[in-house]
Amino acid sequence: MDTIYPSLVHIVGEGYASFRREELFTYSKDLGTSEPKWPDYVAAPKTAEQVAEILKLANREKVPVVPLGGGMSLAGLALPLKGGIALDLKRMDRIIEVNEKGRYAVVEAGVSHGKLTAYLHNQHPHLMHSEPGAPPAATIGGNLAIHGQGDLAHPYGFNTDMINGMEIVLPTGEICKFGSCAVGAGWFTLHPLPDVGLFLGWNGATGIITKVSLRLFPYKKFREMEIFVVEDENLIPEILYELTHLGLTEDLVAFSSAIPPFSDRLHHVSINVTGDSEAEIELKRRLIFEVKLAKYIESGVGGIAAVSQAIQRPQVSKSADWKKGGGFEYVGSIMPVSAYPECYRRGAEISTRHHIPYTILGRVIGCGHAMMFSWSYAFNRADEKTVRHAREALHETDNIVMDLGGVIWKPAVFGQELLLAKMDVNTLSLMKKIKLLLDPNNIMNPGNWEVD
Amino acid sequence: MALAEYQYNDVIHRCFRCGYCKFPTDWSDVTNCPAYARFRLESYSAGGRLWLIRAWVNGELEWSEHLADIVYSCAACKNCVEKCPLSFNEDIVNMVTAAKNEMVEMGLVPRGVKKFLNNVQLHGNPYGISAGRRTGWMEGKSYPAYQGQEFLYYVGCEGSFDTRAQSAARALGDVLTNSGVSFGVLGEKEVTDGNEVDLLGEDALFESVAEKNIRQFKKAGVNKIITLSPHSYNAMKNSYPRFHGDFEVFHYTQILADLIKKKRVRGVSGPDEEEKITFHDPCFLGRWNQEYNAPRNILKSLPGLTLVEMPRNKKGAACCGGGNFYTDLLGGSEESPARIRAREAAATGAGILAVACPNCLTMLEDAVKVEGLENRIKVRDIAEILV
Amino acid sequence: MFKLQFDESKCFSCDTNDCLTQCQYMDIDPGTAETEIRKIINGEDSFVLHDCATCYACEEYCRRGNHPFYLIVQRQEELNILPLPDPLVKRGVQMGIPFRGEPEISEIKGTALNLGVFSNLSRFTQGRLFENLTLMSTDSRKMFHYFCQLMYLHFGRISVINDRLGKIIRTIAAHKVDEVVHFHDECYGTYTSYAPAFGIDVPFKSIHLFEYLYNRLLELKSDIRPLNLKVAYQRPCSSRLSPDKYPYVDKIFDLIGVEHVPREYVGKKALCCGGTILGQKRKGSRRLALELQEKNIDDMKKAGAEVCVFNCPACVDTLGQKVAQNGLMPLFMSDLCRLAIGEKAS
Repeated sequence: MDTIYPSLVHIVGEGYASFRREELFTYSKDLGTSEPKWPDYVAAPKTAEQVAEILKLANREKVPVVPLGGGMSLAGLALPLKGGIALDLKRMDRIIEVNEKGRYAVVEAGVSHGKLTAYLHNQHPHLMHSEPGAPPAATIGGNLAIHGQGDLAHPYGFNTDMINGMEIVLPTGEICKFGSCAVGAGWFTLHPLPDVGLFLGWNGATGIITKVSLRLFPYKKFREMEIFVVEDENLIPEILYELTHLGLTEDLVAFSSAIPPFSDRLHHVSINVTGDSEAEIELKRRLIFEVKLAKYIESGVGGIAAVSQAIQRPQVSKSADWKKGGGFEYVGSIMPVSAYPECYRRGAEISTRHHIPYTILGRVIGCGHAMMFSWSYAFNRADEKTVRHAREALHETDNIVMDLGGVIWKPAVFGQELLLAKMDVNTLSLMKKIKLLLDPNNIMNPGNWEVD
Repeated sequence: MALAEYQYNDVIHRCFRCGYCKFPTDWSDVTNCPAYARFRLESYSAGGRLWLIRAWVNGELEWSEHLADIVYSCAACKNCVEKCPLSFNEDIVNMVTAAKNEMVEMGLVPRGVKKFLNNVQLHGNPYGISAGRRTGWMEGKSYPAYQGQEFLYYVGCEGSFDTRAQSAARALGDVLTNSGVSFGVLGEKEVTDGNEVDLLGEDALFESVAEKNIRQFKKAGVNKIITLSPHSYNAMKNSYPRFHGDFEVFHYTQILADLIKKKRVRGVSGPDEEEKITFHDPCFLGRWNQEYNAPRNILKSLPGLTLVEMPRNKKGAACCGGGNFYTDLLGGSEESPARIRAREAAATGAGILAVACPNCLTMLEDAVKVEGLENRIKVRDIAEILV
Repeated sequence: MFKLQFDESKCFSCDTNDCLTQCQYMDIDPGTAETEIRKIINGEDSFVLHDCATCYACEEYCRRGNHPFYLIVQRQEELNILPLPDPLVKRGVQMGIPFRGEPEISEIKGTALNLGVFSNLSRFTQGRLFENLTLMSTDSRKMFHYFCQLMYLHFGRISVINDRLGKIIRTIAAHKVDEVVHFHDECYGTYTSYAPAFGIDVPFKSIHLFEYLYNRLLELKSDIRPLNLKVAYQRPCSSRLSPDKYPYVDKIFDLIGVEHVPREYVGKKALCCGGTILGQKRKGSRRLALELQEKNIDDMKKAGAEVCVFNCPACVDTLGQKVAQNGLMPLFMSDLCRLAIGEKAS
């Protein structure tokens, strides 16, 4: 008789575990093009202790465990490739502490980005965190497990650069803390203790993030978006260089798409500008347009497409519905900013070949140190042919990323294999040792970052 | 087995499952879908449900009682409709109802639903109580029978049979009487409004109920209707015109707000001490019919009461789960929507939780009791507060 | 191919050259004006082509019924002297491409109301003022099928207007309308000024919104309660194409009891909202636009205006928030009229 299900019920409580197909179905499907992969169970724990109990159970039973937050990776990263327990962490949704003066928040990993933003807006209106472009139901923990970035990526880097401390449940069930919280101090810094951080970007393959202290940043009252446009994609890297040198903006994103027609074969740069007063904003606008970008305007190769627009959250689900098909998936990559023109050209070519209107975007990370460049491919969920086209386009794009000297971000298994094949052998060997050390029974999200 | 006839075959795949539908207007949490708040497994979210329905319609998943429970766990609160950013959002609840239509057609509905529908068919009410006892709510009061007065006061099934809701029905009868409103009631002749029958997917029964009511109203010369329940209001206002039932339909809060404005509501006294009151928006008054102001205007006009809002209000209000009270699919847990809402109401510091719907009244009063909050907050229908 | 019907002889015999000497954005004396207009007529380069703010006003300044502005734009295109940077031109031209299917055409009995490309503004056409009109299209996905295209005068793209306008006219005509009230000056100017100037046939009669509103208010006169407000009017560039309808502004204001405050930048001297100037490639354009806006709003304030009345949605986009920040209430003319008959603004 199956003892796992009753054990899960015992751990998480009646109703929060299931082995029924009706529940498993949803967890077998990713929002992107991945083929379904069925879990055998789903459980929704409420505490780190429950997570630990489940991992101990899984080790005893040698059952895979696949953690997920919002399930929004689109790359099938939370699909149970080898069955097992889908661990839905969204019940771990407490905002535990916000330290206003220390500018950090301690939250459980299942807190959604939307919830944290709303909470800060209401309770701490001078603070914000870096919210990713994903729908607001994406979770803090999920985003960190894949090295996400958000709308403060330009000034402050990856979201995983904004961590002051973490609580992790190791694959073997021990609950560990990292950062100042590990020595009983507050959750205000990750440094200067010895670095044992082996969990970010692993898609949960080395442990489950259950708590995190996230850095918060000043939220300025006056906020707007300016849009600059050029036709020549080769200008984008230098424009971003100028703007990152100025260093006075928040989010910096360059994008182009075939639909709507106005943006076709044009490159828009959205520039988020904030300030505590209109005067501060105007000073920034002046420095942007009259100092840094004036030469492009006056020579007629660049133009101010819009000023003082409300900053709006991207609604990615709308991208999914351009063709009334309810689906899209993208290849994300971490690229040098200088690769923008080639990324655009190669992406537009792939899209055209697969009969998909092209959509590309590059978000600046740090002071122009890199960008997250994405190629999106919409498909019609009800039309297998379009799904196939999108899938093929995604694979071709993964190859382009490698060709262009970039790194695939949150790669699906296909992309992971490309990366592992190219990886330095010593690094590969270290990854293998780490994985074996932390997860001796290989129960954690097997199939992801799997080093043979 | 695929269901070629399913009405939304060309749309249902467009749900991306992005999860906007889980949030209230202020984005405060992912728990504004009552079924998802209760179960916290993806299958119970609006998107999960649509994906499941699509899988069933396509033959990817077989029907099961559990599947039917998940489909019927939708409380039809329309939060998803409010929050979904896509152009098909208006049809989300319709897609669920259409799946229920198919299940009804095939005789594959949860037991509670079957019982509900049978009772309506046999007795004209979901409680299975004989129509002869429909006047029990009046408890010795002698509200006039409808004989061509300006308004028909349509009490509805909860107000007629549920002991707690009966008190609200009487209170409204008294307020209307005291305010000099010309009204009459149908008494034993009243039958269910059919709102839930429609949403449970039994469209043939709904049609017959609606036509029966319309015939009766027309025969009696009814032009204007006041309903106690927003559910009745919704059915009569939005669905009856499909069957040529074109009446002027009002929820009682709309009538009373107007009467208060005209200073025609008499004898209303406030509490001895200044008291805070909060208001729970019924889904069928709020999101279904965009009436957010009338009940608030009444409450704001009352002496000694200060209206404090719950964080989730108006378009973003959390549903009490009453939209499918008949199945009890959302009960039995401290995360039952009514209990969550009761805690939210108590957290405002209000001494009174005002409601404007007999379903909400019974749901929330029970929840307050189970939560042990009776000493902190009382649940009152607005009509009761006015008496 | 449509051709601008421009009578050069009128210019050669003109002794005032008002088209250029009255320009508010270039300081041109009569002698220079004469030289430059000849250059423009002859298809030669002129600083006017480079520095033109594209405010349309010279169409009104010309007392001889010629079309100096259309000529300037035509020459800008021919000589590739575009006031806006190239990518903005391309973006603008692509913006008008319909991409979401064909509109559903229904036959309209009586007078139609055309929102042009602004179908998202249908909320401004509610209430008794508009109850006699039938909206031509409220589907924002189809709005580019009703886009009058005249915006491309700012882009140096006469050719785009001439390429596309015929189809737009056919779409409107397909509704079998005899009379069309245009919500925006720009559409009215397209069908009553631009089209005749280029010999484009328009098979329906156009009615200016203000003329319509005035007549409708007369019908509702007994319901008008004087608003007793002091208002300034932000005259849009496209109003220069129908100066004969401009008097309706004051006629409406008088009828609804508002005072049109006397100020410097009014009537012929009205200032551009700055929306177009801001993006032009001439050095300092953004600063110039800001200065114009400041000058304009200061002028309204100095004159004691409480409300800034708009006709053009683009002016509202550019100036609406700024006037509000300066304590003036931004209102569409139609909304102001609604207030006067006891309705709420949209």
